[in-house]
Order: sequence, then structure tokens, then C-alpha cells
Amino acid sequence: MLKHIISAAALLVSSIALAAGPNIPLEKAPVDIRDTESLQRGFMLYQNYCLACHQMQYQRYARSFRDLNIPEELGMENLMFTGVRVGDHITNTMDPADAAEWFGDAIPDLTNVARVRGPNWIYTYLKSFYKDESRPFGVDNDVFPMVGMPHVLQELQGVPYKAYETRLVDGQETQVYVGIRTDGSGEMSEEEYDRAVADLVNYLVYTGEPYRLESERLGIKVLIFLAIFFVLAYLLKKEYWKDVD
Amino acid sequence: MKNLMNWIEYRLPVVEKMKIHMTQYPAPKNFNFWYFFGSLAIVVLVNQILTGIWLTMNYEPSAEGAFRSIEYIMRDVEYGWLLRYMHSTGASAFFVVVYLHMLRGMMYGSYQKPRELLWIFGMLIYLVLMAEAFMGYMLPWGQMSFWGAQVIISIFGVIPFIGDDLTLWIRGDYVISGATLNRFFALHVIALPLVLVILVFLHIMALHEVGSNNPDGIETKRDNDGTVPAEAVSKFEFHDNFTKGGKKVIIDSIPFHPYYTVKDLVGLAGFLFLFAYVIFFMPEGGGYFLEAPNFELANPMKTPEHIAPVWYFTPFYAILRAVPNPLFGAVAMFAAILALALLPWIDRGKVRSVRYRCGLHKLNLVNFCISFVALGILGVLPATPLYTLLSQLFSFTYFGFFILLWFYSKNENTKPLPERLT
Repeated sequence: MLKHIISAAALLVSSIALAAGPNIPLEKAPVDIRDTESLQRGFMLYQNYCLACHQMQYQRYARSFRDLNIPEELGMENLMFTGVRVGDHITNTMDPADAAEWFGDAIPDLTNVARVRGPNWIYTYLKSFYKDESRPFGVDNDVFPMVGMPHVLQELQGVPYKAYETRLVDGQETQVYVGIRTDGSGEMSEEEYDRAVADLVNYLVYTGEPYRLESERLGIKVLIFLAIFFVLAYLLKKEYWKDVD
Repeated sequence: MKNLMNWIEYRLPVVEKMKIHMTQYPAPKNFNFWYFFGSLAIVVLVNQILTGIWLTMNYEPSAEGAFRSIEYIMRDVEYGWLLRYMHSTGASAFFVVVYLHMLRGMMYGSYQKPRELLWIFGMLIYLVLMAEAFMGYMLPWGQMSFWGAQVIISIFGVIPFIGDDLTLWIRGDYVISGATLNRFFALHVIALPLVLVILVFLHIMALHEVGSNNPDGIETKRDNDGTVPAEAVSKFEFHDNFTKGGKKVIIDSIPFHPYYTVKDLVGLAGFLFLFAYVIFFMPEGGGYFLEAPNFELANPMKTPEHIAPVWYFTPFYAILRAVPNPLFGAVAMFAAILALALLPWIDRGKVRSVRYRCGLHKLNLVNFCISFVALGILGVLPATPLYTLLSQLFSFTYFGFFILLWFYSKNENTKPLPERLT
């Protein structure tokens, strides 16, 4: 009869022990969901590099087009597959059973990923792939060790590898890890790649809460109203309480 | 018009009831900041019921559809995000308000005779509210909905002999599943709210029978035996129910309406300002009102890295974890709530307000607050050896509050009570 609580407690303890998390500190992602151009670039990157595997099944094309100021015709021509309608959710046709076989696990939907992981996690993750021939896809990741996903942005970044320098430490020559470098075969420079990753993260932050800006615009009005209401209520109270004091 | 009013009044005395409960209901005139939280709790309850009704219109109570329907509400329903955030933030706001309301009762001895039943109704409301919040948290069918429920339901499994069957009965399945979700939905939207509304009604009726306590904790309804000085007697007209046809005189009191309705309006505006700020600008409440793993669909095969119940349960969760033996842990947890309910009998003091009680009581009350908050923080954190030790320490001081109180309250060295409200 005690086994349920014990197993729950054991799960709790073991899950904490396994909660290794990233091996490296997370970098701060330069998120700005007011930067529509960045969101547009991020949307484009998502469609080209992520959607083949990762669905965004709670976000509709029409919503992204509207919020990102993309004319529908332009969007339908450049960002949608044929046969998909503008009111549809952003999905792909990958069979989950195939995915599990190819990648060892179900592929997560990314609509809310920025709310689950946080933007800094995704930003650092996409910048932390490095070459590791021992892994199935030839890469591993410091933020998500033993990652089951290939480095899909490799054609943009180039082949990343862990760079070491020989330094004198306590009088001994030691190999010191100095960060991730690329072989220069990518289409982008390091700055351009960082920008592209930031755009993508920005778009994912947007899809997590597409109504965020609307909420803040309305929120300001509500707070101003309540501030005025507070003053009026206070004056009303003072007027009435003249009888009491 | 007047005839119509008379016709109704003869058959259903609406105006008479309004006088008894509002316009001729005597309330002590020195209510301070702490007295806002009763009316605010009603406001939050109404908010939960109204937003809940509208959420139900688009929610789909099934393991397959629940998560998707929440996203549908958030993205495709007009102002659906606002309704949902009002409801999710409202749940946390409810506990903030109720905890402060309970603290008020503890500070001013509002549970003492003759308000024991009032306090018991309050504790029942608190219990039902916890069940209501727990079941509501499962409905989005996210990772924390699933795993949080897994942990909490398993607590019932420690009960000897019937534990396993009981958890099976609660879940309606061998694991948490769509069957569990459906019954929790039914309980969350119909059964418990109904019980809650009835209990709130009884709470208010019980309050209006004995009258409000006040920050001085002294009686404001005195026997009309000529000892009450004329200047103390309230100049307002109160209903016969309270003056007993002149047998009682009421001192330092004012009619609830309009004086406290306009005052509560100020408190309401202040509360709504903070409430709206959270809804519009930080609906996740720093990851405490809406936990990050809950934005991911429930997955029975994948345990989240760290399972923590929502913040309002964590003081009791910390007590549960502090005890090495699971059965005794669960007993301790329920005892922690029971001790609060028994407060009217644990406290044997005759003086109500902390203002006129002994120095030790003041310290003890501070000890209770610190213990409760510390346990709340520890309940969120993972159970490391240090945190477990701290949880044990604060569980000890939490129960210590009640034990100490029982001893010193019998022959307490109190200060003299004032004749009138200060």
C-alpha cells in the first residue's frame, strides 16, 4: 500500500538526480517580439529548417501572416506547401511512428517550446552543436547532451567543432577548451548565424503567446482605468465617511 | 409602484433582509487593511465562476482534446486568452486573499467564542477550495497537470488497508487517464463550486448572526443596563435584530452599507490593479501560477525534471516530505490543516486581539507566519538533505505554534482591554 507514495517519491528523487540540464551557462537571447522583421526572418527559417520534423500544430498560417504583417498571397507563395490552406495549422506530414524509429523518440511540437524551455535555453542550444562522430547524426550538444536531433542549421553555421588550445596550467601543458568554432563552410558568418538563431528564437517566443502585444496594449488601458477608479473610489469613501469620523 | 413593493414585501421581505444584512447591519467602525480580504474573496469567487462558465464553452474534457482545446481558447477564441488568464491568475489570487483573510482571523482572535462555527465554515471553504484548485489544475492536461496529480493522488495510497483501492476509486483507472480527467472536470465545474457557494452563504450567515469581530477584539453589542456612556452609543439606526428591541446598545459601529461598501470599493480597486497587472503582463506569475512544464502535453512516459505542486499547496507538501515515513507524513500533513480548524479550542485565551495579548503570543504568531512561508518555499524546492532538514525544523515550529498556544493561553498575562474601539 505504500508503494505508490514510495514510487512517487523515488520518481521525484531520481528525476532530480537526472535533472542534469545544460552543462554550460545559458546565454541571454536578444528577444524583441516588437521587431516584426526579425519575426518574419524567424518564421522563414522555421518553415525552411524546422517544420519538416517539428510541427507547430496550435498556430495557424493566417495568424502568423496577420501578426507579422505578411500579405497572404506572398506568404502562401513562399511559406506554405501546396495544398495547405491559409487557415490551417502549421503541420507537417511526418508519421510519428517513423519519427520514433528515425530519431529514437517522438518529435516535440514547437508552438509552446519557448514557454516550456525558455528563450535562453533554445538560443544557447542552437549555438551549442558540435561535431562528434560517435553520435548517430555526427553531432552532440552541450545544452542537451546525447541529443537525438541532427544539426539542421549546419549549412548556415558551417561544421562546428570544439576548439582547444594548448596552455600552460601549473607548469604543465594542458589542452583547454576555448569554445565552439566552425570550419567556415557555412553560408553565414558567426555574427550572421547568431542573428539568425536570435530571429528563430524570437519567432518561437511569439508563437508561444501570439496575443502578448495585444495583451500589453489592453493591459495599459485597464491599469490606467483602475488607477482613476481607485482615486474616485477613495474620494467617494472620504465623502461618505465624513459622517463617521 | 409602492403597492407592488408592498405586495412583494409581504410575500418575500426583500427590503427587510437588505436592512438586516446591509443598510442596518452594524459593523465596527475601526476595520483596517486586513478587513478587505473577505469581500475580495467573494469578488474572486465570482470571477472564477464567470470566467469558468465561459471557458467551459470551448473546453473539451478528454485526454485527446483537453490540451488542444486550451490552446484553441488561447489563440482562436476572441479574448479567450484573457478569460483563461483571469481564471488561472484568479486561482492563485483566491489563495493569496484567503491566506491573508485567515491571518486576519488569527491576529484578532476572530475564531474565538462565539465565532467557532464561523471559523469552521471558513476552514471547510478552504478545504473545498484546495480540492477545487487541484482538480482544476488537471484540466489543461499538461505535464504538470498529470504528474502533479500523480503525486497528490498517491498520497491517499498510504492509508492502511484501503489506500490502493482508494486511489483506484479516485482515478477511475489504474493510472491517471482520460477517465480521471472527465470526473475531475465534473467535480471542478459542478459539484465543488456548488458546495463552495453554499459554504460561503453559510459562512456569511454565521457571521451576520454573531457579528463581525474587530481589531480590538472587544464586544460592540453591550447590555443596555445604563453602564454604557451615552457618547459611546452609535448614532446610526440598526435593525431590531441587533438591538433586541432596546435590550442591547451598539457602540462605535456603522451600517455596513454604505460605509463599508464604499470602503471595500477602494480595496477592490487596489486589488484589481495588482490582479490586472499579473493577468496582462506576467500571467505565468514567474512560473508559480502557471508552471513551465504545463505548456507541454501530458506524457505518461516522460517525468518532468522537477515536480512541484502549485505554490498554494507547498507548505503542506513540505510537511509531507519532511517526515521520512510516508504514512506519518500524510498524517502530519492533514494534522497541519486540522490544527488550524481546531484553533478555537486550542486557544484557551479570553482576550481576542493580538494587541492586548502577551508578548509570547506576538512572537508565537510571528513564528507561525515564518514557519508557514518557509515551508511554502521549501515545498517548491527539490528535497535535498539540507532542505529536508529545514522542512523538519519548520514543521516542528509550525506545530509548535499550536502546542505553545494551548499552554500559555490558559493563564495568559494579558493587557487591560479598552472600553471602546480605538
